Amino acid sequence: MKKVSIYFISFFLFLQTTQLHAYSANPKDFISELVNEAISKLSNKDLDKNQKADFIEQLALEYVDINALGLYTLGELRKSSDENDINNYQESFEKYFLKSLTSRLSDYSSSKFEVVDQEKKSSKYTIVSSKVTPIDGSPEIKIDWRVYTKNPEKPLIRDLIVEGLSLARTQKEEFASILSSNDNDIKVLISKLDEFVKN
Amino acid sequence: MNSFKNIKVILSFLTLLFIASPSVQSAEECFEGTSRAIFKFNMALDDIILEPLAKGYNKLPSPIRTGTSNFTSNIGTLLSIPNNILQGEFKQLGHSVGSFAINTTVGILGIFNPAEKIGLKPHKEDVGQTLGSYGIGPGCYFVLPILGPTTARDSIGLLADTFIDPFAHVTLREKELFGASGNTLDYYSVKATGVVDFRADNDKNFQSLEKNSIDLYSSLKSIYLQDRENKIKNSIEDEDEWGDLNN
Repeated sequence: MKKVSIYFISFFLFLQTTQLHAYSANPKDFISELVNEAISKLSNKDLDKNQKADFIEQLALEYVDINALGLYTLGELRKSSDENDINNYQESFEKYFLKSLTSRLSDYSSSKFEVVDQEKKSSKYTIVSSKVTPIDGSPEIKIDWRVYTKNPEKPLIRDLIVEGLSLARTQKEEFASILSSNDNDIKVLISKLDEFVKN
Repeated sequence: MNSFKNIKVILSFLTLLFIASPSVQSAEECFEGTSRAIFKFNMALDDIILEPLAKGYNKLPSPIRTGTSNFTSNIGTLLSIPNNILQGEFKQLGHSVGSFAINTTVGILGIFNPAEKIGLKPHKEDVGQTLGSYGIGPGCYFVLPILGPTTARDSIGLLADTFIDPFAHVTLREKELFGASGNTLDYYSVKATGVVDFRADNDKNFQSLEKNSIDLYSSLKSIYLQDRENKIKNSIEDEDEWGDLNN
């Protein structure tokens, strides 16, 4: 009976740590709720590194437009590559993105997050402005979120612009450099992404 | 011999001006192979000297780090003053002059930043940004030993900075200005401290970038160029480059 209870409690705790809440459809509220929940999970000392990484991965898979981000970072090559190569690239890119994201957030230190404003650029996307104030007294960081709102009920994050530096653009230019030094061979890029995931 | 030296300087300047002409708007690589080799050298230098210094600096008590950062930043404001004039940015000129005057006096030689508390926030400006505000494109991108990433336009700016910066006038050229004097060592000490402060401030970001980049050289190039663009525009513009992906 004791064993059953432990399993039950463990299962319940697992659900607690992995379950994602539904967030508001309004981009400003969506970002505020999502990031504040992520901060609360990442600073929760009862969760280990793997549980935190699982949570971040699920969050990203659900609320980041990884598919569009992958195509964007591929640049013009997305128009000339064949479907099979694009599918292989997308598969590798997703793994690369998730690994890179969880790695970046693994050394997270507590910060205060606040959404400042939102600007609707078109019916398809909105820029949400926010600021992060680290509690260790480091300078405040401005972060703009590019939120894709084609489906108004299900906003998706496409880019983070940290102090004016677009993470998507940086990634795109990094990939462009790899491609240009390898005769625009998408297979080389895919193998570099796979290599990163393996290491 | 002297005139030969002068001709060499003028020729180099004209070459740089040519490659930084307004028609060259995007920063293409000029000598990528050489730049990548210099980048490797700079990274080794960072590993051996700058990173350990930055880590040590980060262990100092926070008020000392803040004071040092304020001090170097306050001296940096001096370079913004002539550039504000050259750009015709007179509101910013007020911020720069006001901030420098208040922080140097009330803020005890710039160690404290009372100017910020009364709303004075000068933008950092240099000659590269001024040339950019005149519509001069970046020209080609390359990496300088020790100094790091730059473009043709920004390297001309870097050189010109030393001619219009009042702090360089007092220290590098050892000329007296409003009773203040200094020497070359003062100039390089302040610049080096500023570099260590910047490196220390970005230590975690740099580590993360290094760990997560497939091609660190290209990531840093992209970051440098985006940062310069934003500084020239004095704003963060979201350029919609997503094209058909927005449909």
